[in-house]
Amino acid sequence: MKLTVWTYEGPPHVGAMRVATGMKGLHYVLHAPQGDTYADLLFTMIERRNHRPPVSYTTFQARDLGADTANLFKTALQDAYDRFKPQALIVGSSCTAELIQDDPGGMAETMGLPVPVIPLELPSYQRKENFGTDETFFQIVKALARPMERTAHVSANLIGPTGLGFRHRDDIVEVTALLEEMGIGVNVVAPMGATPADIARMGVAHFNVLMYPEHAEAAARWAEKTLGQPYTKVVPIGVGATRDFIAEVAALAGVAPKYDDSRLRMPWYSQSVDSTYLTGKRVFLFGDATHVKCMARMARDEMGFEVVGLGCYNREFARDIRALAKDYGVEALITDDYLEVEKAIEDLAPEMILGTQMERHIGKRLGIPCAVISAPVHVQDFPARYSPVMGWEGANVIFDTLVHPLVMGLEEHLLHMFREDFEFHDEAGASHHGAAAKLRSLDEAPVAEPEPAMAAAAPAEGNIVWLSDAERELKKIPFFVRGKAKRNTEKFALEKGVTQISVETLYEAKAHYAR
Amino acid sequence: MKDFAPQLPAAGCRNTPVLKERGQREVFCGLTGIIWLHRKMQDAFFLVVGSRTCAHLLQSAAGVMIFAEPRFGTAILEEKDLAGLACANEELDREVDRLLARRPDIRQLFLVGSCPSEVIKLDLHRAAERLTQRHAPHVRVLNYSGSGIETTFTEGEDACLAAMVPTLPDTDERQLLLVGALPDVVEDQALGLLRDMGVAPVRCLPAHRAAETPGIGANTVVALTQPFLNETAAFLERRGARILAAPFPFGEEGTTAWLWTIAQEFGVDADTFARVTDAPRARARKAIAAAAETLRGKSLFFFPDSQLEIPLARFLTRECGMTAVEVGAPFINKQIVGPDLDLLAEGPVIAEGQDVDLQLDRCRAARPDLTVCGLGLANPLESEGMATKWAIELVFTPVHLYEQAGDLAGLFARPLRRRALLSGLEGAA
Repeated sequence: MKLTVWTYEGPPHVGAMRVATGMKGLHYVLHAPQGDTYADLLFTMIERRNHRPPVSYTTFQARDLGADTANLFKTALQDAYDRFKPQALIVGSSCTAELIQDDPGGMAETMGLPVPVIPLELPSYQRKENFGTDETFFQIVKALARPMERTAHVSANLIGPTGLGFRHRDDIVEVTALLEEMGIGVNVVAPMGATPADIARMGVAHFNVLMYPEHAEAAARWAEKTLGQPYTKVVPIGVGATRDFIAEVAALAGVAPKYDDSRLRMPWYSQSVDSTYLTGKRVFLFGDATHVKCMARMARDEMGFEVVGLGCYNREFARDIRALAKDYGVEALITDDYLEVEKAIEDLAPEMILGTQMERHIGKRLGIPCAVISAPVHVQDFPARYSPVMGWEGANVIFDTLVHPLVMGLEEHLLHMFREDFEFHDEAGASHHGAAAKLRSLDEAPVAEPEPAMAAAAPAEGNIVWLSDAERELKKIPFFVRGKAKRNTEKFALEKGVTQISVETLYEAKAHYAR
Repeated sequence: MKDFAPQLPAAGCRNTPVLKERGQREVFCGLTGIIWLHRKMQDAFFLVVGSRTCAHLLQSAAGVMIFAEPRFGTAILEEKDLAGLACANEELDREVDRLLARRPDIRQLFLVGSCPSEVIKLDLHRAAERLTQRHAPHVRVLNYSGSGIETTFTEGEDACLAAMVPTLPDTDERQLLLVGALPDVVEDQALGLLRDMGVAPVRCLPAHRAAETPGIGANTVVALTQPFLNETAAFLERRGARILAAPFPFGEEGTTAWLWTIAQEFGVDADTFARVTDAPRARARKAIAAAAETLRGKSLFFFPDSQLEIPLARFLTRECGMTAVEVGAPFINKQIVGPDLDLLAEGPVIAEGQDVDLQLDRCRAARPDLTVCGLGLANPLESEGMATKWAIELVFTPVHLYEQAGDLAGLFARPLRRRALLSGLEGAA
């Protein structure tokens, strides 16, 4: 048993729902108790879908336990087929049904439905949502796709986008455009938007673009082996990655790497002097492995940030993330416990967090700006406007996303620096409110205000004490580098065997770490 | 002497044959009750023993609340817990020890059963007894089941309160016990009105803190504030308490009828009653009238969700001038919602249970002006051109008693007003 309040991933059958909801003409019959239908609202509310997810639940109750649940499943399956007339069905168990050991696949087989019924084995007590998407899509592809003669012109399948995916909707548009510029047609996009009939003709494409390894790597590998389709390894998030992706695709397709990046503004924005203050900003990254991997490269090589820590919650990709962390000279954090993530963030005291919805809340709590780069996300990250993260426009979108919280941070800093100024004190209100501003009398003493937790110069480890002069001096340092200054000074003091930090120590440490 | 009892319709719904359906149900399980119960009981922790699905459900239903150090969590069963049950008990003890060490402010711990824990027959009752001994007298450990196989949505609160009843101390005191978790502001209003009428003492179940737990006995009279407390009511009767039969305090009329039932029980005269309630009754009527302009003459369809459906349909038809087409409830206990059924004029289909696809067919055929349903159905129905009011809000928002009557009507009027405001807005989905 493990005590959990927040989970980064749902159970694996939610992953299967994401595949089913992304597709059309497919229906999922889920053997599950009453109440498991809660997952519908993830799709109708967070993703704002305008139809019910194509999922029927057997919704068995206590009185049904025993032989009845098997009949319930058969009835539900027959009803779902009669009502929805899907091209194919997927069937499986949720965590509770897994315990009562009815066999959905076996029962479905005996019913002789006139469409393919694909059974899913999703071990709920070992695996999670992303395994569910990957395995479900793999089983569907394996059941329906066959080797076929290739299209006359070069074409590719885009695989991986699902329901409830972070920016999947717009990434599809962006990647399709990248391929089209090279004269490569898109054969099938799957699971998002595909029908079982579309899956059946996946084999005519020349290769696969694996957009999200979390959701389609198993299918990509199978297609490589069985359909002879190679697949792309680079995920085009960021300017450099998009260029690499184009080169990789061109090689796979045997065409010239051609692209139109006339709308790409990100590099110039990042090079402009306005962005100089971004240099060396200490960022911490956490999310699903793919987004973390891509964003780490962007953060360091395209934004000029310093990556001080990174990690992912999906342990399927732990090895990749560990290797990546080594490249960046940091420790990889592989965990699905948000308290461990919070601890790591507290210890590293970064100036910015790139993470999920959860890290946004951690950031809020610790007073650290945060940008969301990965699922799980809430409704505001399924925006109405076009906002991919892949390709050229994706790079533009990410630049804005990463800079916005920081600009706000800078404004906060200015207010903070001048807070003892009679024109800028807290009660004065924002300057553009003009008439409402109340200026403090010049003679009045500035009001002391409590410091945010992070900046408090509490006694450090190893019983180092901050003398009050040094503590005051520390508070004069801009808040967004104060955490770093504090840690560096304490580290310096420890190394020198100093137990009391004076103003001297503070500046000696500063000189020591200056580069 | 004046009478504040409401006028009965020519024929009510008490004897209307109930359409009983079984099939796919689109409802929450009882675990969801934790989200409002933990706010109410401020020294209680709710520990679900279940799967990742349970944790995911709570997180999806609790939304942003999850980030506020909530007093609930899920002990997620793992593969190794399923292998041998003895091990599961040890694991549970260890997790509880760790939890109580981390949260020393906790006085009541609820072990909440889920579908997986019920199916593997993990004996949480024995576990609760064992853990009570281990952590006595500091913490009392109770258990109840919020599993989907046994409970639907608000039945989780019923199961929780019912589990508390056997542990309540005995008392012979003549007292009024208000049963049901109300938002604090509403509870205070109820206590204020009763105090002004001279009804005393009045106690509440659940109490804010373990230390304020009420006693119970033969002289206890119970006023239910929520219609879904079937098992709790039965347990209270078993302890000798008497349950007052009254309509539920929704709307001006419902609140008056509910208070009047209590007043009569405690010998409050009509003049006193009038003195205390005249002003708030007038306020409630006025506030309802504003929203009723939008609602009058509109048809109404309830999908089953919380068991609040019958009292709410009574309020909306009688005080807001709506017409009910179908009133679905997950479970109907005529003993408890009987007074509301008496007041609800004959006409609507009264449905218990659900086969969601068949019910959707009926709803589409009826094309009601307003459909009250869960969040899994609301947007899909809106996209078919039907106005919806999502039902969960009715459980989370203060809606009982006089001062909230206008807000309650407003909750139903808002979707219709919005629809009218946006009538010129069209575009691709």
